[in-house]
Amino acid sequence: MTQISQGAAPVAPAGERVPFEPAESGEAPGTAGDKAVTGFSHTVLIIWSFLVIIPLIWVLMSSFKTSSEIFASPFALPERWSFDNYVNAWTTAGIGSFFLNSVIVVVGALILTMFFGSMSAYVLARFSFPGSRALYYLMLAGLTFPIFLAIVPLFFVLRGIGLLNTLPGLILTYAAFAFPFTVFFLYAFFRSLSKSIAEAAAVDGAGEWRTFFQIMLPMAKPGLATVAILNFVGLWNQFLLPIALNTNPDNYVLTQAMASFASQAGYSVDFGALFAAVVITVVPVLIIYLIFQRQLQGSVSAGVSK
Amino acid sequence: MTTLTSGGLTSGVSAPPGGLRRIGSARWRRRNLTFDKITFFLVFLVIPVAFYIAFVVSPFVQAAYFSLTDWTGFSPGMNFIGLSNYAKLFADSTFLQAMGNNILMAIVVPVVTLGVAMFFATLVTVGGSTRGNVKGLRSSSFYRVVSFFPYVIPAIVIGLIWSQIYDPSAGLLNGILTRLGLEQFASFAWLGDPRTARWAVMFVIIWGLVGFYMVLFIAAIKGIPAEVFEAARIDGAGRFRTAISITIPLIRENVQTAFIYIGILALDAFVYMAALEPGGGPDNTTLVMAQQLFTTAFTKGQFGYACAMGVVLAVITLAYAGLVFAVNRFFGGKSEVGE
Repeated sequence: MTQISQGAAPVAPAGERVPFEPAESGEAPGTAGDKAVTGFSHTVLIIWSFLVIIPLIWVLMSSFKTSSEIFASPFALPERWSFDNYVNAWTTAGIGSFFLNSVIVVVGALILTMFFGSMSAYVLARFSFPGSRALYYLMLAGLTFPIFLAIVPLFFVLRGIGLLNTLPGLILTYAAFAFPFTVFFLYAFFRSLSKSIAEAAAVDGAGEWRTFFQIMLPMAKPGLATVAILNFVGLWNQFLLPIALNTNPDNYVLTQAMASFASQAGYSVDFGALFAAVVITVVPVLIIYLIFQRQLQGSVSAGVSK
Repeated sequence: MTTLTSGGLTSGVSAPPGGLRRIGSARWRRRNLTFDKITFFLVFLVIPVAFYIAFVVSPFVQAAYFSLTDWTGFSPGMNFIGLSNYAKLFADSTFLQAMGNNILMAIVVPVVTLGVAMFFATLVTVGGSTRGNVKGLRSSSFYRVVSFFPYVIPAIVIGLIWSQIYDPSAGLLNGILTRLGLEQFASFAWLGDPRTARWAVMFVIIWGLVGFYMVLFIAAIKGIPAEVFEAARIDGAGRFRTAISITIPLIRENVQTAFIYIGILALDAFVYMAALEPGGGPDNTTLVMAQQLFTTAFTKGQFGYACAMGVVLAVITLAYAGLVFAVNRFFGGKSEVGE
């Protein structure tokens, strides 16, 4: 319980802010050994940071170059900073509409799986009934088995109900595969909420429905936020499900559109547009990440420390 | 938590005993099924679980059955052929090679990623001065934020970025190497040479994951009470000793979870390969089972055979998870004896 609520709040462990607090400014300098270790640590971590950032900066720079400039030298700055590549990526590759498809599918699946997941997790955590153990193992199986095992039958399940190659079909599949994780996470969370609160709600005359929606769900907000963030990142990055189940190019989501655009760019040798498409894909997510990075990192630690 | 007090519920707890019994008993007797309760269970459990079974559990079960048939998907019927798909599979040298590649990756990727992540996490958390409280590095949040970047980039895009970096003539890597005077790399195809392809691909996966696990380990290490580190220092343990004997055993459960997550990912690896080595790489050195499965199913239409591959993949995944649990228990047992 404590771990989860800590994690869901902006984590920023106190220790890290220490250098900015006045109490620390008069700190006695460490020993020579300390300095060596500190220096070494900074060196290693700075090298790693470069290793992460440089590829991204290189992509950004290349996205402004023409294909011949890209082939001439990987370092040279573009002759002129034009947005032609971005226009190409946006119009010929239609990145905008695929972005929209991704948003529709991920948000739809997120709403569905959060509703179903929180409700089932609540029931499993609050009540014991015959078969609850079996359900637990059923969820565990969904978490550990590779999606690849299910992919072929899934194709025919969706075809059978007429949702193959459609966005609603993808939404349902995404939601179903995010369901066991959501249940597992929120199960632990609802378990930690005191039972006496639900009993008190019943005393006050609230039915099961009201107890859940008016009492338990608001209390579970930190847990819901955490699991929603983790699900969002996971579903946004999903690649296998769309390429197997959604082969109609009009309905492509962003990840599969990027893959197909990359192979087309390879034939037409339009690498500038490919770089631009990568930037268009990455930048919005990166900005959102920089705004919410504390919450996101908190969610990640909460997700595993439960 | 504020909702608790604001909802006027606290007064309900101290309701007169008579009222408590009346409503409480109606609530807890299971036979007494009200409309409220029936709809509640129906909507909260039956519908979601039915949905889950339809889209996740039933495909898993069907796959196990299809793997025993010669189904091609478009033929009207299918014949039950027992284990012949599996016999064929274990005689299929390409699939066996893919399995070997997967197993190599499932060993190298977790060990390197988690090793590096743990190393960085240790530097961040205990790299500071040894005077006074145990403290982390200054400006470590910068490192955390930057290292975490790749986690928010879709894996397919990470693959595309690196396939450009590895590009023999126009790529960044060879550009840097030739600039450093290593002319032999002028047009070296990192992804096209059987000696380097699999390591190049694994590097990309590791690059993408280190930051995620670093953040995770940092959070876990911060969860250890500071007194533990103080005590270790007073007992004369250095940083290295502390990391090996104190930190890692204390966050063992997190490490185990991390191993399982990343191992499942390395046994899949499909998305990275789709971007970096869609054709299986030079001499199939980077071919993974998932790619074989995908082509067998959706290009060749041999659905029964593809399902058998899926079953093998699932069995290996479960065996891997079991192995991680066993190793953890083995080392856990050892350290308890030592204490």
